[in-house]
Amino acid sequence: MRLPLLALLARGPAHGYELKQDLEQTLGSAYPQPNVGQIYVTLGRLEKQGLIEGEDVEQSSRPNKKVYHLTDAGREALRAWFEEPEDEPRVRDEFFMKLALAPQTGLADQIALINRQRRQYLNTMRQLSKLAGAEDRDNRIAHLLIEGAMLHLQADLDWLERCQEELEELE
Amino acid sequence: MSDDSTPVLRADGAAAPKEGPRSPVLRAEGLVKTHYGEGAPAYAVRGVDLAVRQGEFVAITGPSGAGKSTLLHLLGGLQRPDSGSIWLDGECADKWSEARWAVERRKRLGIVFQFFNLVSDLSVADNVELPALLAGVPPKRARAERAELLAELGLAGKERSMPGELSGGEQQRVALARALVNRPPLLLADEPAGSLDSKGTREVMRLLSRFHQRGQTIVLVTHDARLASAADRVISFFDGRIADDAELDGGTPSRRAGISGVLELRD
Repeated sequence: MRLPLLALLARGPAHGYELKQDLEQTLGSAYPQPNVGQIYVTLGRLEKQGLIEGEDVEQSSRPNKKVYHLTDAGREALRAWFEEPEDEPRVRDEFFMKLALAPQTGLADQIALINRQRRQYLNTMRQLSKLAGAEDRDNRIAHLLIEGAMLHLQADLDWLERCQEELEELE
Repeated sequence: MSDDSTPVLRADGAAAPKEGPRSPVLRAEGLVKTHYGEGAPAYAVRGVDLAVRQGEFVAITGPSGAGKSTLLHLLGGLQRPDSGSIWLDGECADKWSEARWAVERRKRLGIVFQFFNLVSDLSVADNVELPALLAGVPPKRARAERAELLAELGLAGKERSMPGELSGGEQQRVALARALVNRPPLLLADEPAGSLDSKGTREVMRLLSRFHQRGQTIVLVTHDARLASAADRVISFFDGRIADDAELDGGTPSRRAGISGVLELRD
């Protein structure tokens, strides 16, 4: 949350609610959206760390709003963020643990585990398809995000297929 | 549907399809098909029970070689089972001859294939009108149906083109128009996006969903989970058998971590 907010402020000063709207608009509906409270808390921390500075702006009939801008230190932190590659996604291993350990327990069948997991993935895939259909056609970033999620799921489903092929042969 | 003969594993919570008061559009019981070629016999379909209700969109997925295309060919009468029975709209097809199947296919079934199977030396318009004319539809009405479908599928203006002049995605849309020209109760699709790029795949997905929303019953065979997720029921086919048969809830996407969580594999 910290760095994305810095990145939005690199375009120019903004207040908390504007940042939330910017984020939603850019990323689309598939991305988990922070609530406005989280944004204010994060902005407070960033200010304490000296990465942004807030300035109270008077509003006629409402309480003051705080408009933030990026400091030099903030710009530097952002640059460092862009410089670093991210870790590759690591396969979540909770399901793998279940699959690996089920036979010893006598409490679950591996093929039943695979089928249940496949249903979960297929339902998520369906929800993503619906999101893609509902998303603004021109928001390429949002569509790329959904497509990425679908490709990850496709890989997960392919892997379940491999598990099923291997484990059914043993039966 | 009976689960007795096949090892159908149902995870908890998902409802098995119930038969409504009407006969299912398609029903199969105990289907078996073995291919005998050179080498060992290939057990493509090994005891399949299946019922498809009117208005359902069913996807059959599984690895290549699992026998899912053979199953679809059995359902469409393109191959005959070694044993087992098929009913279309409650009518048993066991005793149908090849000629009878050909006639029934025109009336009751539309089929689209991975490689479109258009008649290469007929124009787009003729490809689409041909099954209607063969089914005895008056030429004027066949033309009207053709025009409506081509417009619907975004192919207006391509009537005089030859199939070879069209892109893969366009050819598949022509094939879809041809399959639907006689308004069949059931559409069978065998890897309809199998030879298309991702744009063509999305297009096929969108069109199948649209026809389904209007009540078209569809059985789709695909290895592509993205395409399968357009269906409201997914059958996982492994090694000639139904391994799982799941209704997708199709619930509205929630903002819970599940959806976006796919993007956050580093827990």
